[in-house]
Amino acid sequence: MAYLDHAATTPMHPQAVAAMTEALSTTGNASSLHTSGRRARRAVEEAREDIADALGARPSEVLFTGGGTESDNLAVKGIYWASDRRRVLASAVEHHAVLDAVEWLERQGAEVTWLPTDRFGRVSPESVAEALDDDVALVTTMWANNEVGTINPVHDIARLCSEHGVPFHTDAVQAVGAVPVDFAASGASALTMTGHKVGGPYGVGVLLLARDVKCTPLMHGGGQERDVRSGTLDVPSIVGLARAVRISVDEQASRAVETAALRDELIASVRAVVPDVIVNGDPVDRLPGNAHLTFPGCEGDSLLMLLDARGVECSTGSACTAGVAQPSHVLLAMDVEPALARGSLRFSLGHTSTHADVEKLATVIGPVVERARTAGLAGMRRSRKVVKQ
Amino acid sequence: MKVLAAMSGGVDSAVAAARAVEAGHDVTGVHLALSAKPGTLRTGARGCCTIEDAHDARRAADLMGIPFYVWDFAERFTEEVVEDFVAEYAAGRTPNPCLRCNERIKFEALLDKAIALGFDAVCTGHYARLEMVGGRPELRRSADLGKDQSYVLASLTEDQLAHAMFPLGDTTKDDVRVEAASRGLSVAKKPDSHDICFIPDGDTQKFLAGRMETKPGLLIDDATGAVLGRHAGVHEFTVGQRKGLGLDGPAADGRPRYVLALEPVSGNVRVGAVEKLAVTEISASSPVAHVELDGPVECVAQVRAHGGTAPAVAELVGGVLRVQLREPLKGVAPGQAVAIYREDAAGDIVLASATIDATS
Repeated sequence: MAYLDHAATTPMHPQAVAAMTEALSTTGNASSLHTSGRRARRAVEEAREDIADALGARPSEVLFTGGGTESDNLAVKGIYWASDRRRVLASAVEHHAVLDAVEWLERQGAEVTWLPTDRFGRVSPESVAEALDDDVALVTTMWANNEVGTINPVHDIARLCSEHGVPFHTDAVQAVGAVPVDFAASGASALTMTGHKVGGPYGVGVLLLARDVKCTPLMHGGGQERDVRSGTLDVPSIVGLARAVRISVDEQASRAVETAALRDELIASVRAVVPDVIVNGDPVDRLPGNAHLTFPGCEGDSLLMLLDARGVECSTGSACTAGVAQPSHVLLAMDVEPALARGSLRFSLGHTSTHADVEKLATVIGPVVERARTAGLAGMRRSRKVVKQ
Repeated sequence: MKVLAAMSGGVDSAVAAARAVEAGHDVTGVHLALSAKPGTLRTGARGCCTIEDAHDARRAADLMGIPFYVWDFAERFTEEVVEDFVAEYAAGRTPNPCLRCNERIKFEALLDKAIALGFDAVCTGHYARLEMVGGRPELRRSADLGKDQSYVLASLTEDQLAHAMFPLGDTTKDDVRVEAASRGLSVAKKPDSHDICFIPDGDTQKFLAGRMETKPGLLIDDATGAVLGRHAGVHEFTVGQRKGLGLDGPAADGRPRYVLALEPVSGNVRVGAVEKLAVTEISASSPVAHVELDGPVECVAQVRAHGGTAPAVAELVGGVLRVQLREPLKGVAPGQAVAIYREDAAGDIVLASATIDATS
């Protein structure tokens, strides 16, 4: 089986599994004052320091959450609520965890400006500069796009925001471990990352929140995590997460080179059998493991099923509750024709990807595309009876 | 065979898929998302396109260990079934959207795609018996006459039926539920879906009123030509309807009046006595014949999904199916399908189906 869906979730690092497993058999609430509690608290604080060090943040800026969606919601809603300003600027290609949170704020009375993107899905600092004023409570732009892999000029956007005294949040779920991420150097006020995209466990994430940024909690309770995120700390997950962050950040530079080479090989081998394949996203400034491809004349769901049956796993875009492939808002924002958007697949490589995975795809993609094209044409036939005449 | 099982999330299609797996076929489950507005859990399980239904179908597929996908046919469904439904009503006809969905979605859009993707057949949980006899598909009524769905499948062409699979044809609904429970399927006790899946509240008139140009018209006494009242549009009436006509009282002879005909051009609705509803001759177009119809044939005609049968003589003349009923039928409206069957102790055999144009 060729697992080419690392952007959805990537296998846990064995060391993270080991660290987490050990922590799972240890008792102690990190908020308790006795010996067991102190031991748990120590594990959490070491994890916090490790993550801060790996991501260029201060330990006090690391807030543990339940994952990327929570971190995004906390940043978007919390920073907006804590401000007396009314405007929010968000890119049109955000993950739904940001997009839907912003849309919800809009229904609550926020004035939202959707930042346009170019044909690669990149937000321009100019469009941010144009929209900024002193009534903006928050600007949010993802570091790297989860669908097409394009990397945004977050440093430039952060600088502009800082000049206007506006907090800047960036969803770096796909970026951490894939490209260099340094919170302090980026100039961002808040940054989202999550465990299961970097070889850590599911259900745990981090919001890096600069110390001077006010953020109203989503959840009230015991006052953990600077009073911004109450709830008993999940010590084993936090320990596993820290281990994974450390490994993925330490190995980032060399891994990125290897993964990008493999990704380029994947694209080249697909193009060799499907010459009209289209690569979406920025050709250069993109995540090393991302190959987002459009197969003209095909339906993405047909391709996915045929590949799945042949042992190749990939994605048609963001998964959704009902499992229905909706036309991707990212591709639509990039002005891709809806028909082409429907014929797109995301292949994403990660730390366990091999040449064999790419070769497996290369051997099956030709016949699969041919068959999906026939099916795509079948879909265009309005009526069997008409065809017979 | 490679079989694509259409799984609605109901008990029938789940058991049908399980039987296909058990018969040794290579089965893949697909749930069709048909609602233009993606459903929510709150819309309930009345229709067949809520998230809960997709979930139920997925869990059934999990249990059988077969691959499962949700395919989006919302656009095709809207164009070919919902818009047709509205257009037919606007033209004063009475459509059958389930039949249309079988014809255009399950056994056309889905089947075409399935064949192109390398499948040999589409399997559904319909109650009808289908066998290949002498190289031709033979469609019979279900063993469960109360659930029989051969009427809504009768308009499928030979080619469509040749790639269809109805594993439940020889079983009663009660037995299907028992089997579902013994297979551990969570949908064993799920209530049957009723009515029209894209009108979850069952209010067809309200649904139509929001989607078609409504033209006020007159209620006319068919016998005298007298104007009895006014109405908001023909979509509010169905041939055979008695209640809700908005008339002050019964006819002069003291007998209730029924809708006899809808006239979309003038916008008028003709009403009259119950005997006038009785139909003995049907003329139907776009016939699909499953056997060679040479000359008049003795048969049983059916004009509704459930009930509405009468012995008849049918003949195919110049692309028109003429059906002479030996006993009158009521509530036969243009737009409905007429299916004709040859009586058979082992299950009546479908001979042909056509769309009713005129009655007398």
